[in-house]
Amino acid sequence: MSFFSFAWNWLNSASQWQGANGIPIRVGQHLYYTGLALLVAALIALPIGVLIGHYGRGGFIAVNLANVWRAIPTLGLLILMVKLLGFSYLTWLIPLVVLAIPPILVNAFEGVASVDRDLKDAARGMGMTDQQILRKVEIPVALPLIMLGLRTAAIFVVATATIAAVIGFGVGGLGRYILDGLATNNYGEVAGGAALVVVLALLVQFAFVGLRRLVVPAPLRDLARADS
Amino acid sequence: MNWPQFWQYTAANALLGIVPAVVGLAISVPLGIACVRWRWLYGPVLSATSVIYAIPSLALFVVLIPSTGLGNLTVIIPLTLFSLCVLVPNVVDGLRSVPEPVRQAATAMGFGTVRRLVRVELPLAVPIVIAGLRVAVVSSISLASVSTLIGVASLGYFFIDGLQRDFSEEIYAAIVAVIVLALGCDLILVLARRLLTPWSRKQGGRATINAEGGQLLQEQAI
Repeated sequence: MSFFSFAWNWLNSASQWQGANGIPIRVGQHLYYTGLALLVAALIALPIGVLIGHYGRGGFIAVNLANVWRAIPTLGLLILMVKLLGFSYLTWLIPLVVLAIPPILVNAFEGVASVDRDLKDAARGMGMTDQQILRKVEIPVALPLIMLGLRTAAIFVVATATIAAVIGFGVGGLGRYILDGLATNNYGEVAGGAALVVVLALLVQFAFVGLRRLVVPAPLRDLARADS
Repeated sequence: MNWPQFWQYTAANALLGIVPAVVGLAISVPLGIACVRWRWLYGPVLSATSVIYAIPSLALFVVLIPSTGLGNLTVIIPLTLFSLCVLVPNVVDGLRSVPEPVRQAATAMGFGTVRRLVRVELPLAVPIVIAGLRVAVVSSISLASVSTLIGVASLGYFFIDGLQRDFSEEIYAAIVAVIVLALGCDLILVLARRLLTPWSRKQGGRATINAEGGQLLQEQAI
């Protein structure tokens, strides 16, 4: 049997869809981990990235630091957190936030730093203050890249929240199915869990495409496409 | 701490990280050239790679288990596919970054399409391609540690083992080893770029930062 028939059979049995360990609950948990991690990461990384881009200092350090940062194995960090913090919500939140920070920060930085000089000069010529330039010119023009960073981070986190289940003890999410299935040699459960994560990751990707249409001003949309 | 085992798994982790990046490069260069040549190809290729890229590596390992078993190949194939998502756009951007006057000058000097590609366009694309390769190799070394969850040996083994045996040093050592391994490969690639593009040293760093910074957008999740 192939992966798909395993996944299909498992997903078709009614018992998976009900109860406290049912698929809807697990999907909800998965989205909760993803959403919270993304929110915290955005609150940390967006202001830093925007300010570095605005003042034009520290960009080189930020980009290189992000490179080192990316080398951190999320699974290792997660397990370290289990050892250090036990089974608190911070145990899964910290590694996911760490994972989400670099793409958000670097894109916000690149977006703001690459705003056309002439545009800023024109804004200044119109009498805008430094803050107004940041709020009314730089951030809107940087939005395509900022959204791209958020989308990339969201995809990382939704995919990686899978391994949060390694923690055990009440930490669910869709990774639970994959790890439980691997532990009990139930390949149907593994395949079903994996299929659900893939579908969820793709839905998140599409959701961000829609979100970008809402947030990014129409004339700027094509710019981002060239970058992504 | 079982050091012989530690070094053995470090080597395994290096293999699982480096092979996908190298194979990914071998696929991306011809694919990227094709995408530049036939513009209509780039859209579908980009969509396909970014869909693959949204798939968690653990899920993709699992998809392959029925066909490739619990071996290295089950890890190498997904990581190779992920690397394409970083490398193909970089090859394309690199080739497109060659200024039109340079291309015309090469043609005027009598270079044919193939010779112009090999002697002019590809060398000029090297900085951007290497920027992508750096991201690919660092991510796949870091991601390869997840392979322990399906029982394929890598440094990730020591994460789980350290947890089960309540032995934190083992976890720290394995995390540091993954980072050192990744940054070691990164450093080699930076040196390779300097060797391959002696002309770029004289220019300011900004363009390089841009190329690399842009590529940080493209990472792969677990």
